[in-house]
Amino acid sequence: MPLLGLQTPTIRHYVALFTDPSFATSFLLTLYLAATSTMLAMILAVAAAMLLRRAFLGSRIVTVIFQLPLPVPHLVAAAGMVLLLTQSGLFARILYGTGLLERPNQFPVLVFDRWQIATILVYLWKEVPFIGLVVLAILNSIGQEYEEIAQTLGANRWQRFRYVLLPLITPGLVTTGIIVFAFVFGSFEIPLLLGQRYPNVLPVTAYRAYVDPDLQQRPVAMAIGVVITAMVMLLLSLPLRYSRHIGKRK
Amino acid sequence: MMRRILRLVACALIISGVLLPLIPQMVWSFATNWFFPALLPPQWGFKAWRYVLSPSSQVGEALWNSIGVAVLVVLLAVVIGLPAARVLGLQQFRGKQMVTWLLTAPLFVPTIVVIMGIHIVFIRYGLADTFLGVVFVHLIPALPYFILLMSSVFANYAIEFEETARTLGASAMRTFWHVTLPAIWPGLTVAMLFTFLVSWSQYITTVLIGGGRVVTLPMVLFPLISAANHTNAAAVSLVFILPAILILILTSHALDSNASAIGGLGRL
Repeated sequence: MPLLGLQTPTIRHYVALFTDPSFATSFLLTLYLAATSTMLAMILAVAAAMLLRRAFLGSRIVTVIFQLPLPVPHLVAAAGMVLLLTQSGLFARILYGTGLLERPNQFPVLVFDRWQIATILVYLWKEVPFIGLVVLAILNSIGQEYEEIAQTLGANRWQRFRYVLLPLITPGLVTTGIIVFAFVFGSFEIPLLLGQRYPNVLPVTAYRAYVDPDLQQRPVAMAIGVVITAMVMLLLSLPLRYSRHIGKRK
Repeated sequence: MMRRILRLVACALIISGVLLPLIPQMVWSFATNWFFPALLPPQWGFKAWRYVLSPSSQVGEALWNSIGVAVLVVLLAVVIGLPAARVLGLQQFRGKQMVTWLLTAPLFVPTIVVIMGIHIVFIRYGLADTFLGVVFVHLIPALPYFILLMSSVFANYAIEFEETARTLGASAMRTFWHVTLPAIWPGLTVAMLFTFLVSWSQYITTVLIGGGRVVTLPMVLFPLISAANHTNAAAVSLVFILPAILILILTSHALDSNASAIGGLGRL
């Protein structure tokens, strides 16, 4: 970036990053956040899709409600979680009203906390319908025949799911899981709003360095950016290879 | 019987899980001074809604900016993305996998990283701090969704109808208008909806490229949430949701009958 008077290439920003213990903490936090959100979202989405693929009384309306979070922006979900989960939020008020809490600070810290509970809940709220909708679309396109054949051959309910449906939805599930993982790993505003101030996730660290009035921090921001991208690519190349392998076998 | 009860419980969980974060916002937006531990607001009023309507809150301006940017993003996505999606959906060629990867790469490279890199380019071309610059930067995360969804629509598209129309003497334009467009229309609405929503939700891209000059709804909402201004945040949230819900209802029919397009998101 010659604009800042930085003329010579150097790797010292990377060296500084990798020897900084707070970078490691931040990285692990990001990894934890993305992995937890993605895994839970995938499990819940498959469960919901399995429930909603069959028509039953009221299934139509439940499906519509299930899709409701899709058009709602993440920020709105974050605002909702704040109203529900803080120590003066709705849940704390209900518990206090029933006499289970004597003081609001007895309510567990779920917002601005170390474990980013509220952040994970926002992502689950948004991404379960996203993955669920894709899985539901795949399930509907598969039809009944495979399952009926398996049933004739004596497969029970669990076996029909595990050995017939799951392999068929795996490629789509892995792809959407990857999209969600990459999104959470690189996203910034929800952890900034609902997470602990320090340490926070890598994109927040990168953003803070980028907008730092000290322009010498910009190369640090860029270095973090490159590391985030490299990590996402690395972490994602594995499942993608796996899903392609499955696709070929099919 | 057991299964029916289980299903009922699961449905109740889905409904309450979805609605729980939304309902308190509706209550809060009509509350004045709602302190712990009151379960319901002791006083109701329109304080937050007066705030929304006042020019100093910038909600009106932000609403029009958000709509304007998102509509332009959708139009540009159609113009740029449709030809790409058509080729990816209908044809096999060398390096197709590579091209697909490049076109969808913005899904995997974090937006904040892209912005940090491209900011200087936008400054150089005078796009930083402008409305058009914000539109362009929203296209980066929005276009991959459009292309993925539409290429899946084209993968199930019978090109023979076009060939028949051309053989019968229809011009290319006429063929597109009367044959192609009606055939892809339901899928196209779904793809346009997704594109609109990606632009609608953008925060950090607008902040950095718009430089605070182009104010959109997320930029009004964000400071209200971080300042724990619950009443105003709740009201702005509702303004923020309404157009999105409206569009979802309008396209819900297309969303239903177009499972194949949605399934396209799971194919990469």
